[in-house]
Amino acid sequence: MRYLPLTPEDRAEMLARVGASAVDDLFADIPADKRLTDLPDLPLRKSEMAVERTLARLAARNVPAGSVPFFVGAGAYRHHVPATVDHLIQRSEFLTSYTPYQPEIAQGTLQYLFEFQTQVAELTGMEVANASMYDGSTAAAEAVLMAHRLTRRDTAVLAGNLHPHYAETIATVCAHAGQPIRALSPNPGGEDDLAAAIEASASCIVVQTPDVFGNLVDLRPIAEKAHAVGALLIAVVTEAVALGLVEPPGAQGADIVVGEGQSIGNALNFGGPYVGLFATRQKFVRQMPGRLAGETVDAEGRRGFVLTLSTREQHIRREKATSNICTNSGLCALAFTIHLSLLGEAGLTRLARINHAAACDFADRLAALDGVSVLNACFFNEFTIRVPGDAAALVERLAQKGVLGGVPYSRLAPAAGFDDLILVAATETTTPEDRAAYAAALKELLP
Amino acid sequence: MSEIRYSKDHEYVRVDGDVATIGISDYAQSQLGDVVYVELPEIGKAVAQGKEAAVVESVKAASEVYAPVSGEVVEVNGALEGAPASVNEDPEGQGWFLKVRMSNPAELEGLMSADAYADFLKTVS
Amino acid sequence: MNREGRGATAPGAISNSAPATFTGNRALDLEEGLLFEIGRTEVTGVDLDEPDAFALRLGGLERTAPLGLPGLSEPEAMRHYVRLSRMNYGIDSGLFPLGSCTMKHNPRLNERMARLSGFADLHPLQPVSTVQGALGLIDELCRWLLELTGMAAVAFTPKAGAHGELCGMMAIKAALAARGDARSVVLVPESAHGTNPATAALLGYEVRSIPARADGTVDPESVKAALSPEVAALMLTNPNTCGLFERNVVEIAAAVHEAGAYFYADGANFNAILGKVRIGDLGVDAMHINLHKTFSTPHGGGGPGAGPVVLSPALAPFAPLPAVVADADGLRLVETTDAPETAQALGRMCAFHGQMGMFVRALSWMLSHGADGMRQASEDAVLSANYIRASLMDLMSAPFATRPAMHEALFDDAWLEGTGLTTLDVAKALIDEGYHPMTVYFPLVVHGAMLIEPTESESKASLDLFIAALRDLALAAKAGDMARFQGAPYYAPRRRLDETRAARAPVLRWTAPAPVPRAAE
Repeated sequence: MRYLPLTPEDRAEMLARVGASAVDDLFADIPADKRLTDLPDLPLRKSEMAVERTLARLAARNVPAGSVPFFVGAGAYRHHVPATVDHLIQRSEFLTSYTPYQPEIAQGTLQYLFEFQTQVAELTGMEVANASMYDGSTAAAEAVLMAHRLTRRDTAVLAGNLHPHYAETIATVCAHAGQPIRALSPNPGGEDDLAAAIEASASCIVVQTPDVFGNLVDLRPIAEKAHAVGALLIAVVTEAVALGLVEPPGAQGADIVVGEGQSIGNALNFGGPYVGLFATRQKFVRQMPGRLAGETVDAEGRRGFVLTLSTREQHIRREKATSNICTNSGLCALAFTIHLSLLGEAGLTRLARINHAAACDFADRLAALDGVSVLNACFFNEFTIRVPGDAAALVERLAQKGVLGGVPYSRLAPAAGFDDLILVAATETTTPEDRAAYAAALKELLP
Repeated sequence: MSEIRYSKDHEYVRVDGDVATIGISDYAQSQLGDVVYVELPEIGKAVAQGKEAAVVESVKAASEVYAPVSGEVVEVNGALEGAPASVNEDPEGQGWFLKVRMSNPAELEGLMSADAYADFLKTVS
Repeated sequence: MNREGRGATAPGAISNSAPATFTGNRALDLEEGLLFEIGRTEVTGVDLDEPDAFALRLGGLERTAPLGLPGLSEPEAMRHYVRLSRMNYGIDSGLFPLGSCTMKHNPRLNERMARLSGFADLHPLQPVSTVQGALGLIDELCRWLLELTGMAAVAFTPKAGAHGELCGMMAIKAALAARGDARSVVLVPESAHGTNPATAALLGYEVRSIPARADGTVDPESVKAALSPEVAALMLTNPNTCGLFERNVVEIAAAVHEAGAYFYADGANFNAILGKVRIGDLGVDAMHINLHKTFSTPHGGGGPGAGPVVLSPALAPFAPLPAVVADADGLRLVETTDAPETAQALGRMCAFHGQMGMFVRALSWMLSHGADGMRQASEDAVLSANYIRASLMDLMSAPFATRPAMHEALFDDAWLEGTGLTTLDVAKALIDEGYHPMTVYFPLVVHGAMLIEPTESESKASLDLFIAALRDLALAAKAGDMARFQGAPYYAPRRRLDETRAARAPVLRWTAPAPVPRAAE
């Protein structure tokens, strides 16, 4: 077997040193009647070529985003990732290293995490950020738990236009932890009454911007009201590229900003692995979940980095930890930080403008179709259209015409009663021809 | 010099009238190593003997500090926030944690005198 | 041809003392500044065309201030990250015996497979008709996991081990709630990973510790004594963190079930028993599987992982959303609780469908090994750990060595007594010998623990050199060669780092230095 270096002779010599007559002696503590005598009922080993063939066959039964006009978003976005990013994250020393528990031989990881933390803090307009969470949705759930600790209250208010998957992820954790949730109703045209919805007993309000329908949300009045009643504002950003163009949540008064970092540096990957961003104010850092890299010096006085404030974490604090998180999204964070350092502020700003321009053009093309209306007054690179009839069926028929035409809102929230809405995203990867093809295909399918 | 007494969990109390100043003993700080952070209770909080009153953290450990006596927190040592090292350097002086107005001074009788604590330490090492 | 050749340097003409360098670099050991020191906000390494003029539709929410994000040209970025990478140790650099972490070889075939556009370039919310191969891959991965564990269902969405624990414990909580049985206590042996008590506490459970008995395993009598109608579950790692198989596991499981509680197994050490025993046959109700350990998806400097959870028939109905279900038209994704398959689902662990990129890599590893290769891998991992223990026991103290080790060899620091050295000193000295240290100070149940996990990926020559290096260190320690240890590492990119300073006054991000005041003009 190509991955196993020991030879039969090696094994025999090693068994002799151990003082066992057969390898099964080493498994003697497994109850004899439970030990397997036969191999599991699974295929036997395969060559590299054979594995490649098997998996390529499965891959070929999918329609890759890049092979068609593609407008699907709703929390994961297709962007162009420079070739350099994927090359660098496959460097052995990044790919095959562990969590940097031995800092003297993990300065590469620690320094990029320190740089990542700084970039995330700058991007979100916050003071500090951690070294990543699993993804945006789990980061949002952790933010709610953190708000509960900070405010010593246990009721979170969720904006109605929060991504339904995020709301469900938060609700699942809170339900099992016995903490009530107040989830508001969605409003595709934008929620204008969020500040009023914050009751005095709330620990936090969770608001997404751009929201799941694509509307940009002015967080300032919400922050003001939240702070007036002693609650925290948790801002959720599922499209990090938007921060190249819109006012950062931190500058609008958010106390915790969580985000999905996938759209910078990371492929769509059918939903994972992604990278959760988590940023907050300096004064809250000891209640923050997740790992933190910090600067220090070595015995010779040279600058170096270590994991720090570890007493918040499960491996030390055990049942009193701020979170149970251990493994995070290190390599996806590396992809994020490499892509963002290639972009820089100038590149990110331009990329965001290109996205917004593409979406504006796309909105104009769709709004021109009879029977189609664009619901958003403002948006970044994604917006919502109302179509006649069943949106899910329409999206399926578009797919048959070779256009991946967005996400029917009813797929995310079947019970919400919005069966005629499609969320459509246009990033820099869409061409004017793609957008024209979508409009043409939609026109043909409309009654 | 006011009276000082010790618990088996290596906290000390220094009594002045009905107010007890609480911290960790020199032995405790030496076992913890470099103290990096101290989490203190809110003023006005009621603490009960033997229950958690504060948390002291070194780089690799977080330890509860148990109240040697019951009462209400009347003062905390805010200076520790910027200077946690004083717990190592002067645990029974600058490195104190909190002051409690005792609700049951009789609890002091269950604690050890300095001499008794010194004898106790010989049995733990 | 060039006849102006230069002569070789004569022996003895070279100075032996190494001078300081101007740059601070030492030939291939290259120093690298922070991104924020070498980049500039107006530089970009991505060529993008400014769009034609258009009217913004941002509702007045456009950004009003610069962000301060530096950029690098492509060559600068390449050099920055290549230099950083060279300050890291990885499995590809050398033996990485980090106990509990299963740092095995990461085949590059798996990387290539995960990057096939038919997997990597799929959106989780594309129409289901366009992702049948992806659902097929998840279905196939689940089939392998079920066959290897003898369990009833797989919750595939958890994103890492701790997230899997949370999922499994939520399934237990949901199952108890479904039968109207609120229970408040979770039993956790003191040798457990920190994630176990952290998970139980997150769900509001009171954590009660079960002591280990003298041989490093859990005594079924201690479990029985702790069981009561208040106990929701026992969380047990098996093989345990001392590297031993819990030989009374069947009796323990029976007692747990007898008390109306569930048995959660931490699957961190699954690598020891692939194809040797099925945890479903041992009475386990839920176990997470770290695909980034046992099934070799790269650790990537701390993630991403994947932590699918296998569930017993009793817990299967409570698996989280979504579910992959086969019907006449192919595979469906059930994303709500409206369907009969998911009516009792515990909820959603995360947006979307879990760590697809890791699923592809793990299945690629499984297909490569097959049933025979996987069992051989476990046998080799266990043999290698026992070989290391047997080869070092005369010099280093190995607690619990009366039982066979599984895939880890555990030592304590009793052998260092009187040397004035600690476990940490040994770990740092190993760095100078070119190794990543073993796991130190875990498990907590032995003093100064050193937990060595060689995995199946090492040749005998590699194991022998590692053993020889540790033997040499042990002899040096006993001979009083303090300097070799207390100053170590000497040859790493950094000497020991001041963790106290980092924690007392945390610097968690770069900030621009205050501008230097100009001289009066």
